[in-house]
Amino acid sequence: MDAVDRAIINRLQEGFPICDRPYLTVAKQLEITEDDLIGRIDAMLGAKQLSRFGPMYHAERMGGGLSLCAMSIPDGEFERVAEQVNRFPEVAHNYARDHRLNMWFVLATETPKRMGEVLGEIARTTGYPVYDMPKQEEFFVGLKFEV
Amino acid sequence: MLSKQDKELIAEIQSGLPLASHPYAEIGERVGLSEQKVIQRIGSLQAGGVIKRMGIVVRHHELGYTANAMVVWDVPDERLDEIGELLGSQDYVTLCYQRPRRLPDWPYNLFCMIHGQKRERVLQIIDAIVESEDLADIPHKVLFSGRRFKQRGARYL
Repeated sequence: MDAVDRAIINRLQEGFPICDRPYLTVAKQLEITEDDLIGRIDAMLGAKQLSRFGPMYHAERMGGGLSLCAMSIPDGEFERVAEQVNRFPEVAHNYARDHRLNMWFVLATETPKRMGEVLGEIARTTGYPVYDMPKQEEFFVGLKFEV
Repeated sequence: MLSKQDKELIAEIQSGLPLASHPYAEIGERVGLSEQKVIQRIGSLQAGGVIKRMGIVVRHHELGYTANAMVVWDVPDERLDEIGELLGSQDYVTLCYQRPRRLPDWPYNLFCMIHGQKRERVLQIIDAIVESEDLADIPHKVLFSGRRFKQRGARYL
């Protein structure tokens, strides 16, 4: 990753234009060509440095459900349960964390009603309770990684 | 409520924008809309907040941000707004949300994220916040992430 790649990452975390030639617009700002910009985004997606390039949706305004969930899984069971949990398409990401509640994942469902169903299905499938902690109030969100 | 047309558009772009000089025209071809119509609809979905923003999501591990701490606080209910605003305004805090307690196992009701390249540095940042903002009487815990099992964008349709 070179200075141009880093500039692209920093710039594109702030948004992407909605116009006829959005790549050209960004490329001009970064003083590179449109082809170079497209090629570099493609390469960084391929190298898995970027996970996604597109819209970030607001789950609740989409009419969907969104929650942060946690489970307490004994060491010997962790792999099996992680595999079972990740098989649900509604699970967006899943991290091990160092706490008695050691598995943390985000659930995104098409409807709020579906949230309750999926929580129940995960608990039944894995045999462990799921603690769901949906956002109640947002004080700040500014997730951006300077590189 | 979203229209059927908007839902189709959302479904079409949720896995990513085409890497081509006229990306919105390409999407339009797939869903049977003109380029201008796609631009207008996506612009309006963003203005209405259904789309928070367009752009990239980085894989922060691959970029060297391997110390990712979820810092959780057990804040007395009557001080939640005050402390939520306070923590949300700190440098290095990237998210700050109120979430429900799940007693007796989980007493914490305020969650924030701090990402860094080294654990020691992240812990120093947290200590500095506790000290400078006088938060020693608010119990908190730092949960670093270990292995990542899955990371992808949420799918809604």
